[in-house]
Amino acid sequence: MTLDVIALQSATTAAWTALAPAILLGLTGLALLGIDTVWPDEPSNALLAGVAAAGSLVSFGVTGWLLVAGTGQASTGGAISLYGDALVVDGMSLFFTLIFTVVTAMVAVAAYDYLEDHSHRAEFYSLVLFAATGMALMATANSLATVFISLELASLPSYALVAFLKTDRGSVEAGLKYFLIGAVSSAVLAFGISLVYAVTGSLVLGDVAAAIGNPEMAGVLGLGVLMILGGFAFKTASVPFHFWAPEAYEGAPAPISAFLSSASKAAGFAVAFRVFVQAFPLDAVPAGVDWVVAFQVLAVVTMTLGNFAAATQENVKRMLAYSSIGHAGYALIGLAALTAGGPNGDVLGASMAHLLVYGFMNTGAFLFIALVEHWGVGRTFEDYNGLASTAPIAAVAMTVFMFSLAGLPPFGGFLSKYILFYSAIEAGFWWLAAVGAVNSALSLFYYSRVVKAMWIETPVADFEIETRPVGLYAAVIFAGVGTLLLLPGFGPVIETAQTVAATLF
Amino acid sequence: MIIEALIAVTFLAALVVFVAPNAYAAKLAAALSVLPILGSLWMWAAYDASGNALLGGEIAFETDFVWLTVGNLDLHWFVGVDGISLPLVVLTTVLTTLAIVSAWTPISERQSQFYGLMLLMEANLLGVFTALDFFAWFVFWEAVLVPMYFLIGVWGGPNRRYAAIKFFVYTNIASLVMFIGFIALVFGLGDSVSSLRLPEIAQALRADELAGFAGVDAATLKTVAFVAIFLGFAVKVPIAPLHTWLPDAHVEAPTPVSVLLAGVLLKMGTYALLRFNFTMMPDVATALVVPIAGIAVISVIYGAMLALAQEDLKRIVAYSSVSSMGYVILGLVAYTTYGVGGATFQMIAHGLISGLMFMAVGVIYNTTHTRMVGDMSGIADRMPITAGIFVAGAFGYMGLPLMAGFAGEFFIFKGSFASTVHSAMPLFTAAAMFGIVIVAGYLLFAMQRTLFGPFSFDDDYEVTTAPFHDVAPLAVLLLLTIVLGVAPDIFFGMIQDAVNPILTGGGL
Repeated sequence: MTLDVIALQSATTAAWTALAPAILLGLTGLALLGIDTVWPDEPSNALLAGVAAAGSLVSFGVTGWLLVAGTGQASTGGAISLYGDALVVDGMSLFFTLIFTVVTAMVAVAAYDYLEDHSHRAEFYSLVLFAATGMALMATANSLATVFISLELASLPSYALVAFLKTDRGSVEAGLKYFLIGAVSSAVLAFGISLVYAVTGSLVLGDVAAAIGNPEMAGVLGLGVLMILGGFAFKTASVPFHFWAPEAYEGAPAPISAFLSSASKAAGFAVAFRVFVQAFPLDAVPAGVDWVVAFQVLAVVTMTLGNFAAATQENVKRMLAYSSIGHAGYALIGLAALTAGGPNGDVLGASMAHLLVYGFMNTGAFLFIALVEHWGVGRTFEDYNGLASTAPIAAVAMTVFMFSLAGLPPFGGFLSKYILFYSAIEAGFWWLAAVGAVNSALSLFYYSRVVKAMWIETPVADFEIETRPVGLYAAVIFAGVGTLLLLPGFGPVIETAQTVAATLF
Repeated sequence: MIIEALIAVTFLAALVVFVAPNAYAAKLAAALSVLPILGSLWMWAAYDASGNALLGGEIAFETDFVWLTVGNLDLHWFVGVDGISLPLVVLTTVLTTLAIVSAWTPISERQSQFYGLMLLMEANLLGVFTALDFFAWFVFWEAVLVPMYFLIGVWGGPNRRYAAIKFFVYTNIASLVMFIGFIALVFGLGDSVSSLRLPEIAQALRADELAGFAGVDAATLKTVAFVAIFLGFAVKVPIAPLHTWLPDAHVEAPTPVSVLLAGVLLKMGTYALLRFNFTMMPDVATALVVPIAGIAVISVIYGAMLALAQEDLKRIVAYSSVSSMGYVILGLVAYTTYGVGGATFQMIAHGLISGLMFMAVGVIYNTTHTRMVGDMSGIADRMPITAGIFVAGAFGYMGLPLMAGFAGEFFIFKGSFASTVHSAMPLFTAAAMFGIVIVAGYLLFAMQRTLFGPFSFDDDYEVTTAPFHDVAPLAVLLLLTIVLGVAPDIFFGMIQDAVNPILTGGGL
């Protein structure tokens, strides 16, 4: 409580600044709607994309500045609690907001070219920004009520975005499927929250944790925890709530696939990390409610299933969708390798750092798909044959993404995976790391197929590349450079992630 | 900072060449690749280290700072050279330039990408031979595979896809096995090491600070890790029976890529064996001397027999590499100053001579468009200079005195015969010596049929003298082979200085 008092004393001014990233994202979304109102007959695409990208970049900059300045972290008096503990700004929330904002910026820049021939652009950009606002709030949500609301704020625009290509059957079907599974899992989440409330009498995470040691109701609590876990599994596209992901990622416009599989997944993890670590701390939960075991099962099943399914695909976008499920499995190690009193900050921090690197490499890979779709090249591996000779720069970037996703050493993805597995071993879960390493080795098979098609195979059909879309190229190259620089520059990232993660426990 | 500059310049050169227009790429790459040669020669001239870099010796051109921290382990950016690695650095820079020049004739498609990848590979190879932190080393080690995969897969022969994938999969699985073995050791060392710097780990392992890990006791852990790491590197060397990727890769790879593959990439395997297995765990290595020397001898004899059975000139040279690498393993396991020193010297010598042989085969192929022994005869009649250098190189391979190959093999035999690690070492040495006879057999037989006798050639291609830029790299390599054979002390002094601290129990 003393911490709260200190926070509140400086809160009147600090409150606004601490929430600035989310507020900026929301305002940008509103500004986009405003532009659409002022010029109702199709405002300029460049203006919309520019505003969306600038808004998210400013938000990114502010988040980075807050993170470096130590806002909400131990050096300046700890987490900043707002609105009666409903929201909390700390190092972790800022770290995740960094991921959301940078992905949003890349998606907005890439969408500039992607939306060239489409109407309703303002709606598209503003929905992206509102979803990003929801994600930023998810990372700060400190009460099960705000968790639910922010999760819905992030999800509802996403449903519309997946179905954005409304004349395309695949897109509409994907949107419907996403929406139906989303609705079911929201209901499950809400039910789980109500069960937890029934046992503990509070929705604020800290109060839940304080009241959780009630052994009489352990069964009901366990059911509630399990249902909450199901709700998060949907958002992170983890087994068994992953069925929507391949269809949604394949049917959605490629920039939206990038957005959902990188930012939205990270948001799911942000909220899962906070809720499970803070509301159901391992040393307080009754013996029957051992959620770590559930996450261990989920992690193993998710990464194995994702990888094996990805290996059997013929369609590159669908392969990436399954690979994205596999990566959710790796990130789940952050929760699966927790122990009471273990090096939990290291494990969770490693998982967060992996999500950041993943934000770059996976977004880049999907945006490359967007580029290829823009050129009208097909979707299967064979259609990618010989792309490197017509578009060498983009092919180099895609090669970087593929090898980095596979975890080959010269790229950022290797380091983040390595440190994730390493901290799992340190926590005593060498078998989790072993399953992860074997899966990671297997994944090289299907990632290298893309590389092989682009560079080594000869093209089956002649295709001419007429345009070099500036926005898509810029976003892809930005993601590629980010993936490369995260190898030498990984030190500060992992240090920040592990430090801020350690303060959660 | 000279090492960072060397690697950075090579990377930048790769980048520049990659985006340069195809028309200039070849000349530009050759010109830019001279810079690393100058750098490495300067390093050789200014070299002032002594002892073994891993065992407390003085390290030349050292830089060391913390890159990032994982748990309680620091990962460092730690580079430097000693008497073992410096000759390999020089070999890498020289051979890359010669390989680039030898590519001018055969490579006619996507030149800028080809030369860019060659330089990229050189940069990573330099990293492999200079990195002294396990993590940085591993990053470079794996990064070498990526350009190699493309070089074989894009510019290779008809069966290139299969060869590229086979190479990639074999070596990647090997790396994984090695990586797991090494990391198990690091966990076994626990708190006695605070970073992944190789010297720290080597010294802790030699000081017997290994504890058990995950229910396995220290002795078992060490043996299992030794075997895992050994197998991982054995694929790269390659040691029979893990060599099957090599002939495919060599036959499909274009000549300049074969030159680097045989000349430098195989040395990564023997270099790593020396640095990891034989330097860090001499007790396990000497305990396992019989199986190791056994597979070394098998590699020598079996590789040579396979070479004897080939009809394709390139396959002959490829299999003979398996044989030559067997000698290196024999020298390493002998644990004598001449054995280990000779093995290290043989890495350089074989790098030059096998590069020479592959290039000579390539030059003949450039005009005849065939490598089959039966398809041609009397080539010396039309290509006298190339044939002459071919013959000289082959004699170097057979171990003609005053050529580098003789010095390397002589040192190895001297060292392994005198070795006291096991009473059967003289027997192994004697058995391995028969390899030389077979080498002489297949090389003489192949030369007799292709180079000499009356000229006959079935195809329509006109067989004429090779252009100057094809022959010049051959001549340079031949010259270097002779120079190193006449004056082995250019490198052997520093090599011996660096290997002496490794030796335990082998005698002189």
